[in-house]
Amino acid sequence: MKCLITGGNVKVLGKAVHSLSRIGDELYLEPLKGGLSLRTVNSSRSAYACFLFAPLFFQQYQAASPGQDLLRCKILMKSFLSVFRSLAMVEKSVEKCCISLSGSNSHLVVQLHCKYGVKKTHNLSFQDCESLQAVFNPALCPHLLRAPARVLAEAVLSFPPALTEVTLGIGHGQRVILRSYQEEEADNANKAMVTETSIGEEDFQQLQAPEGIAVTFCLKEFRGLLSFAESANLSLSVHFDVPGRPVIFTIEDSLLDGHFVLATLLEQDPCSQDLCSPKPCQPVPQKEAHSTPPLDDFTNDDIDCYMIAMETTVGSEGSRAQPSTSLPHVSQPSHDLAPSSEEEEEAEPSTVPGTPPPKKFRSLFFGSILAPVHSPQGPSPVLAEDSDGEG
Amino acid sequence: MKFRAKIVDLACLNHFTRVSNMIAKLAKTCTLRISPEKLNFILSDKLASGGVSMWCELEQENIFSEFQMEGVSAENNEIYLELTSENLSRALKTAQNARALKIKLTNKHFPCLTVSVELLSSSSSSRIVTHDIPIKVIPRRLWKDLQEPSVPDSDVSIYLPALKTMKSVVEKMKNISNHLVIEANLNGDLNLKIETELVCVTTHFKDLGNPVLPSESVSQNRHPEDMVEVHIDIRKLLQFLAGQQVTPTKAVCNIVSNRMVHFDLLLDDISLQYFIPAWS
Repeated sequence: MKCLITGGNVKVLGKAVHSLSRIGDELYLEPLKGGLSLRTVNSSRSAYACFLFAPLFFQQYQAASPGQDLLRCKILMKSFLSVFRSLAMVEKSVEKCCISLSGSNSHLVVQLHCKYGVKKTHNLSFQDCESLQAVFNPALCPHLLRAPARVLAEAVLSFPPALTEVTLGIGHGQRVILRSYQEEEADNANKAMVTETSIGEEDFQQLQAPEGIAVTFCLKEFRGLLSFAESANLSLSVHFDVPGRPVIFTIEDSLLDGHFVLATLLEQDPCSQDLCSPKPCQPVPQKEAHSTPPLDDFTNDDIDCYMIAMETTVGSEGSRAQPSTSLPHVSQPSHDLAPSSEEEEEAEPSTVPGTPPPKKFRSLFFGSILAPVHSPQGPSPVLAEDSDGEG
Repeated sequence: MKFRAKIVDLACLNHFTRVSNMIAKLAKTCTLRISPEKLNFILSDKLASGGVSMWCELEQENIFSEFQMEGVSAENNEIYLELTSENLSRALKTAQNARALKIKLTNKHFPCLTVSVELLSSSSSSRIVTHDIPIKVIPRRLWKDLQEPSVPDSDVSIYLPALKTMKSVVEKMKNISNHLVIEANLNGDLNLKIETELVCVTTHFKDLGNPVLPSESVSQNRHPEDMVEVHIDIRKLLQFLAGQQVTPTKAVCNIVSNRMVHFDLLLDDISLQYFIPAWS
């Protein structure tokens, strides 16, 4: 494989690698007839990202030497990223970038031709690997949002940089809502601030989703694609389904396309999902998220009932009484019982050090997408599912 | 108990944001007291704050275009809330170019102060950002600990030098010792001193001016050149100075010999009082 990238496209490639580095520690490089594909997956298999650079992106592109098979390799993300570590430097001084992989050479060679005749050659060791292929199909997702990346980037600005998860959904009046996600905490004293941004549907190029739908995914991983899409001034499409099914983010233009597939939380606390109603949660969660009072209704918001409960305990130690509305945790059991699950990664808390904290993210791509969707709210759980063909 | 207020003027919003940034630097957790005329940010001199206390007061009508509150009861028409200061300043930070900002007391799953910002998005449709800041309502029996501290009779009262200068001096001194001596006299001299076995560093500020004190009893007997001093923990002074991002309209330092130092600042229409006890 040999390809040559010139001019501004070197920086684009560098930026793509930066966004991939937010997801995984290993980069799968696969030259295809249709272009060069860069893919990665995170350690818990709950996030997958792929960029495909069309042959037109390159000044020269040769997927394989004539008569040779297509090679593919897996390199440490850190190594590849180090070539493009400083995007400012890349933009300023790199004129050409040449990437080559040959069966005879045991290294992936990345050569940067810079100004003033400086040539930097990086020999990166690689491993042969299987093709990293996630099974997903945006067309199967019933819900879709599309907006210039800038719209979503601005919305995400109001969240603290450290925020891990965010919930995306449709609220009252077809407004798109992004809300910081917080796990239910037993101890109310340590609650974090909840931030929510609501964007009008006019800002979206496409919006096909019912009110009340909401999915929660990892913001950190999403930010990678968002910053790339924003800098490339592209539109971002968000394909999603019910909570638990992965959300697929796509960008495309004539020279490249990118897919980021992120798992979504299966377990949904009904109130965090309830993006329509500003009412405080009733002790028994009502499932009528669609009949909602107007958003800015103060009469529901006052704290009198809470205050009364508190005043009666003034004599006792409690300076605050727990509000009586404690939400039953609606735990939706995971019905992932695909008997033919091969290398199925478990969504359960992993004991491997360094994996993200235990969350109920289902890793759906590598096989279980083949199974039909179970509606978690179904009256009778599906205990044995049909085994489908390809997804 | 109800509270709702609205800011529509950008200058007022920026002013309120600056105050909130300052409070966030001065106290990790503070009490917000809401009364019909005023808002106060309070830090009382508990063990947790190391004896430092703070009282910040602003007139609500200078900031809010709409302000409605209903306290705990008719006789006690006030609300005392405890919150993490940084949450408020972070929430206000997103309101840089807001059309309007609303704050209200709500009870969504837990008691919150909800800050709701209406932004102008680039495609001229409005975007709304809402922050729910978790709060703790402070019961009436604890209110007595959160009253305005009485200003002690100070031995010397002096105007402060440029706070930025003071901060850079104190920052460097902190590397040498934690024990700082502030001394001042009625002749406009203020000194900051640290002393270790190896070195002694003093920074002299001169010609600062002294405000005229209403009660002359204590200070009249004092020779203007006599220095009055107090030993304090340098980190507490540094925290106070780090919170000052804007040049105050007025800045006075009152020293009670060997007991405490009291800083009295006026930032436009907002008053801030900060008490640092002597090193114990």
